[in-house]
Amino acid sequence: MEVEQVEIFEYLRRFVPFKSLPEDVLSALSRQVEIAYFKAGSQILEVGDTVTDIYFVRSGAVEIYRRNGELYNRMSEGGLFAYQSLLIKQKVRFPVKAIEDTLIYFLPESVFRELFDQHEEFADFFEVGDQTRLRQAVSRREDTNELLTSKISTLITREPVVMPNTASVQEAAQRMTEEGVSSLLIIQVEANDPAADESTFIGPKASVSGADGSEHTVCGIITDRDLRTRVVSQGLPFDTQVLEIMSQGLVMINSDEYVFEAMLTMLRTNVHHLPILKKGRPIGVVALSDLVRYESRNSLFVVSSIFRQQTVEELAALQTDVQSSFVRMVNEDANSHMIGSAMAVIGRSFKQRLLELAEETFGPPPIPYCFLALGSMARDEQLIVTDQDNAMILDDSFDPELHDGYFKQLAQFVCDGLAACGYSYCTGDVMATNQQWRQPKKVWEQYFTDWIDSPTAESLLNSNIFFDLDGVWGHTEWADQLQGLISRRARRSQRFLACMARNALNRTPPLGFFKTFVMEQDGQHKKSINLKRRGTAPLADLIRVHALAVGSRATNSFDRLNDVIDAGILPPDRGPDLRDAMEFISTVRIRHQALDIEAEQEPDNNIEPENMSHFERRNLKEAFQILSDAQKFLKFRYQPNRAN
Amino acid sequence: MLHLIPDKKKPEPTALAWPDLYLKLAEQAQHPLLKTFYQAGCVAPDTPLNQVPFVAMDFETTGLNPQKNGIVSIGLVPFTLERIRCRLSQHWVLDPGKPLNAESVVIHGITHSDIDEAPDLEKILPKLLEALAGRVVVVHHRGIEQPFLSAALKARIGEGVMFPVVDTLELEARLHRGRAVGWWQRLLGKKPVSIRLADSRTRYNLPYYAPHHALTDALASAELLQAQIADRFEPQAQIKTIWH
Repeated sequence: MEVEQVEIFEYLRRFVPFKSLPEDVLSALSRQVEIAYFKAGSQILEVGDTVTDIYFVRSGAVEIYRRNGELYNRMSEGGLFAYQSLLIKQKVRFPVKAIEDTLIYFLPESVFRELFDQHEEFADFFEVGDQTRLRQAVSRREDTNELLTSKISTLITREPVVMPNTASVQEAAQRMTEEGVSSLLIIQVEANDPAADESTFIGPKASVSGADGSEHTVCGIITDRDLRTRVVSQGLPFDTQVLEIMSQGLVMINSDEYVFEAMLTMLRTNVHHLPILKKGRPIGVVALSDLVRYESRNSLFVVSSIFRQQTVEELAALQTDVQSSFVRMVNEDANSHMIGSAMAVIGRSFKQRLLELAEETFGPPPIPYCFLALGSMARDEQLIVTDQDNAMILDDSFDPELHDGYFKQLAQFVCDGLAACGYSYCTGDVMATNQQWRQPKKVWEQYFTDWIDSPTAESLLNSNIFFDLDGVWGHTEWADQLQGLISRRARRSQRFLACMARNALNRTPPLGFFKTFVMEQDGQHKKSINLKRRGTAPLADLIRVHALAVGSRATNSFDRLNDVIDAGILPPDRGPDLRDAMEFISTVRIRHQALDIEAEQEPDNNIEPENMSHFERRNLKEAFQILSDAQKFLKFRYQPNRAN
Repeated sequence: MLHLIPDKKKPEPTALAWPDLYLKLAEQAQHPLLKTFYQAGCVAPDTPLNQVPFVAMDFETTGLNPQKNGIVSIGLVPFTLERIRCRLSQHWVLDPGKPLNAESVVIHGITHSDIDEAPDLEKILPKLLEALAGRVVVVHHRGIEQPFLSAALKARIGEGVMFPVVDTLELEARLHRGRAVGWWQRLLGKKPVSIRLADSRTRYNLPYYAPHHALTDALASAELLQAQIADRFEPQAQIKTIWH
């Protein structure tokens, strides 16, 4: 006869993975438990022991060591261990010691195997490497809001309807009626249309193949509205050519962008029809009305209001709107990539509007220039707590005597304005107000070449900041050109990569959490952890090194990671693991900032273990482990004398 | 009866006699169940603690007097120093054969309707004695279980029962009340250390278990003994140093 130990039953049911078990199964399990007491300091498992149970810490705490004596893990109440050895039927590899007086509940192997075979959620917990569990955690979250994570391509219902620029507006209207579409893409069939060449494309150029196999550039778009406002109301004849009334300077986006980014693009550019490109070819047109149902109250209209403000004071007043849109996105379970992009777009819009205002105040620039965003904003990983990193590329005709007075004023205006809008001054003085970072293009090229060819401690730090760059205003193609220089040059310099790799190891993740403390790798306790400094920043650093090594021109860490995975330089599965780790740490960071804002506290990057859920602790710990392993791999791969 | 002559300072002289006593009792006992129980023998007094088969036992009763009150539930948890094995534990709710009084019901939570269908002790006696046979009984406060069991047997089969016990309460008193609280410390407001089960467990970082369920209390005493021995004794220490 077996009887239920109520206390054991009640205790187990409070913990994952037992809480997922049906009550009768858990009750049966609690009858099978065995118990032993270990005084502080006594050895619970030694290397080479045979394990016949899994171990559950009922009270007290234990430490698990690697064979080299390095601390591997520390567990308190509710912690499970020794199941790895049991699952793979191996002798104990990591010794375990009680560091407090400890009571252990043992779950015998036979019982465990039965549960493992019959209860999937229970098995999931143990099965698999920790990394896979992290992926499950990430994907379960994403499932909760698929709308916000949909790619724009999912909204395309049909191929775009295309007409030559020589067609008449009447032909265009007839075609639109036949096809039941509200827009037409116009292709160039006559080369004598200079306007098409001057179009400033936001996306890459698009072209379509004609029936005869010739290539035609997409040079414009016309919509229902254009027919109304530009043809009928103007009294133009029906044989007017579409090229006379079409909108040029097409705004297009790539099919792998998020729905949400399409929406931002429409807001920023005030267009209602967005051609979607795949490999340079339009595969559909998405209208604003298609997006309306995805809009979900997103106060990303913040972006459009940024462009309506007339003074710095008015812009600064938008800060609370920015915060509330951040909180709303978090509450709608947007993923970190989307939130990062949205915050970056908002940041970029502030800069753009400030530059517009500056140019109104100080007059047009004497020579062309490009304003750069650097660091997390360039990577689209900007969150709510951020300082400004920016710089300016000036035309090579720059003459300090003649021009610098203007640009200095301009930089000062923008940086002060950004500070007023909540983007605090960069403590490292990486701002366009610093003359060192307000230089002609040729000087920038020299900077970057020097940094890559002869790295120093200081230039490596600079590389970490400046190699994540994004042109936000003016001649943004210069930013792309600099990016090209970096990607061509860095991958060839083994020494530079080795130095960058070493630099990326400066910040290590903690081991995990223990009760109300953060556990450092040396066993020290801290009260809180800075998730940026110890999590997302070292991850971004590490991904940057790999990205430079494979010549990726992406700036976003997730995009870089995709390039790195495609290049095949990581061991199998490491890439997806890194992506999950990045996503999870960012998510926790974002969530806690949103909680701070909701509690009307100043948000920061610090997180205290006592404010973390069991779920967060567990998965964060695994994410740190992935980062730690990835750092070891980085060290191994980019040795100064190794040929890759 | 031996256990009624407590000799707190020197338990050894009586304890030494246990295996021999079992031989004699096995001959004297009339009831076959008791005969079998004694024939299973008793571990030698010099057996190291880590080789002793223990069984933690706890009773809930209708009161504190073995002659007037009855047993309402019994919890048994067999264990060794190495492992407590829950799958071998047992729990019975019994008809006490005596009136349930309101005060005790409040403590153990076993009510009239619970015992309506409950068996008499005699019915479970074979299983109970089988579970105790060959093991050293562990209790928290030895004034209850053994006297109650002996009295209940006497009333039913005409003869009592005796066996050695390890008392975790007495051990706790020995370990933590080694010295009486002096007048100076009393002046300072120092109180003697509490040696109640729950308080004793706290000292060893053992978890809180809700008291007054016979099975839980038995488990609690088993864990407490493991902790006390881990804390103060060598696993090779002889059983005679702690039993009565």
